[in-house]
Formats: sequence, C-alpha cells, structure tokens
Amino acid sequence: MSDTKVQIEETIKSNSVVLYMKGTKEMPQCGFSSRIAGVLNYMDVDYKDINVLADDAIRQGIKDFADWPTIPQLYVNGEFVGGCDIITEMTLSGELDALFSESNVAFNKDAADKIREANG
Amino acid sequence: MAMTAQEIEDLIRAEFPDADITIKDLRGDGNHYAAEVVDASFQGKNRVQQQRSVYAALKGKMDGAHGELHALALTTKAPEAKI
Repeated sequence: MSDTKVQIEETIKSNSVVLYMKGTKEMPQCGFSSRIAGVLNYMDVDYKDINVLADDAIRQGIKDFADWPTIPQLYVNGEFVGGCDIITEMTLSGELDALFSESNVAFNKDAADKIREANG
Repeated sequence: MAMTAQEIEDLIRAEFPDADITIKDLRGDGNHYAAEVVDASFQGKNRVQQQRSVYAALKGKMDGAHGELHALALTTKAPEAKI
C-alpha cells in the first residue's frame, strides 16, 4: 500500500468530516470546491479541509483512492459520500442532514433549511 | 481542448446504449457541460456508483490537467417506475 493511500486513510479515519478541495475552507480556489465548502461553513459543520493544490501526490492519490476523477470530494466517517453535484443534490433534498444526523456530526439545521429555502 | 456535446454523448452512449442522455453546454464555450443520464442499469445503485460508471465511460476525459473536459455537472438516475 502506498504512503499516499495510508495518509488518506488516516486522515479520513481520524476526522469525522473531511473535504478534499482546491484551496482552503477560508480561501477556496475553484468554484466547485467553494460551493461545497460554503455549504459546510454555513451549516457550521466541523470539518477538516485538505488542499490538494498543496500536494500533487494527494491530488492524484485521492482520485485513485475514491475511483473518482474530480475534486472536491467529501468523506464522512471514512466513507466517500460524493463530489460537487452529489453533495449539492443531497443538500437540497435533505439527505445530507440525514447523513450527518446518522453519523453523529453536529450541524445547524436552521442554516440547512435556509439553503433549501433560498434554492427551492 | 474542448469537446462537443455530441462527442460526450457518443462516449456515454457507447456504454449506455438505451439511456436517455441530455447534454447542455452551459456557457456555450465547449468547456462547461451538464449531462443528465437516465438508465435502467442505475436501478439499485447509489449516486456514487452511478456516476462512477458514467465517468468510466468518459475514459479519462475528465482527468484534470490532461482532461479535455473542464467541467461536467452530472445528474444520474434510474427511470421512474412505471405504474
């Protein structure tokens, strides 16, 4: 097993919610990463952001790991949940709230409802 | 390097011959597309599994700096059950 894979497994196991993204949660550097970081920030989710632009091995490694060709990628409790389109759909449908509830991840339900109101 | 909507549809069609495929060029620049794929084979699969198989059909065109497709917003689903 490669070092990169070990590193990714450790990261997603030791943090309940991890977003692999371009840029950081404070300063996303791609519109798709920005959208998902924005949702998590707004919902007050405590998550770890990994900037793939800072590490080429991780940038490629995370795509191989998930068998998923794009960034961002969201992981909850060690499981790959989806990329930008899936997370957007799940946010609007309420499935993301359900997943966080099941996974014992704290989030602001009112904020999630506001996102849905604004995009309903 | 940009791709045409037809090229994208052809690649998906090759793997999903009976699917309903809708491709939209979001900005008219040949670089930002949205694709909706509705196929019976998606029944019982979650979105990650469905979209992974569509990405596989695109054979590396989405692959970052070497990819020809910069942005493809994907929506996948199984056809509505007929009552």
